[in-house]
Amino acid sequence: MSGATFLILLALSGGIFATGFFGLMARRAILFQLISLEMMLAGPALAFLAGGAWHGSQQGQAMFVFIIILAAAEVALGLALYLALRRGADVEDSDTITGLKH
Amino acid sequence: MSDLAAIWCASVALACAILAVTRPAIVHALIWLVAALLSLAGCFFALGAGFAGAVQILIYAGAIVAVFVFVVMTADASPEALARERARLAQGWRRPAAAVGLVALPLALGLLAGGTSPAAAPDSGPSLGAILFGPWAVAVEVASGLLLAALMGARHLGRRREEP
Repeated sequence: MSGATFLILLALSGGIFATGFFGLMARRAILFQLISLEMMLAGPALAFLAGGAWHGSQQGQAMFVFIIILAAAEVALGLALYLALRRGADVEDSDTITGLKH
Repeated sequence: MSDLAAIWCASVALACAILAVTRPAIVHALIWLVAALLSLAGCFFALGAGFAGAVQILIYAGAIVAVFVFVVMTADASPEALARERARLAQGWRRPAAAVGLVALPLALGLLAGGTSPAAAPDSGPSLGAILFGPWAVAVEVASGLLLAALMGARHLGRRREEP
């Protein structure tokens, strides 16, 4: 892998992270924000794997395993929270949850 | 050649990610999310990380997105909700885009200024399992605790209350 390829891959992973960040701030529906969070996790995963391939080491893949564990936990809790909010207070948007108590 | 394939797949992933966060319909966004994750898996294969690519397809694009699909089935998909989401996205994207630009600018400048560092010597280090269960065993234990906590939290949040 050449150095230019490594830099381009890093820029692309930063772009994926920035896209997710934009979605997290621009969207207000909770499901869209969760999808954007997935993007924000996928970008650094690409950066870790590109770094692992650049240095010829397996530690990028090991970090990827941790990222996927984090994504699984985040999705499980986020979707359960979304369903609980929908059932309890009919909340669809994160704007409507301005207080902790409903 | 595999460099070009990796860059191509990552570019496709970025395009799919942009489409995913800008679609007003949740199902379309989910399909673009799957497309982005699968093209990222192609990028991982091109980078020589076969295990990561397989895990990306099986767990990320398979299991995690399946959970999303179950929840999306309960979401409001009426034309009114679609029009509301479209109007809200049309009026409120400029300030987040400006903020993202402010955050991403130093990253791009750093990449441009840093240049290419000298090629690292490819060391054939220990294999993935030897890393995860050797020096990183504590992190694996912490991650398993995180998964257990997420499981219990989802169980707690999803239970049915007897009386309101």
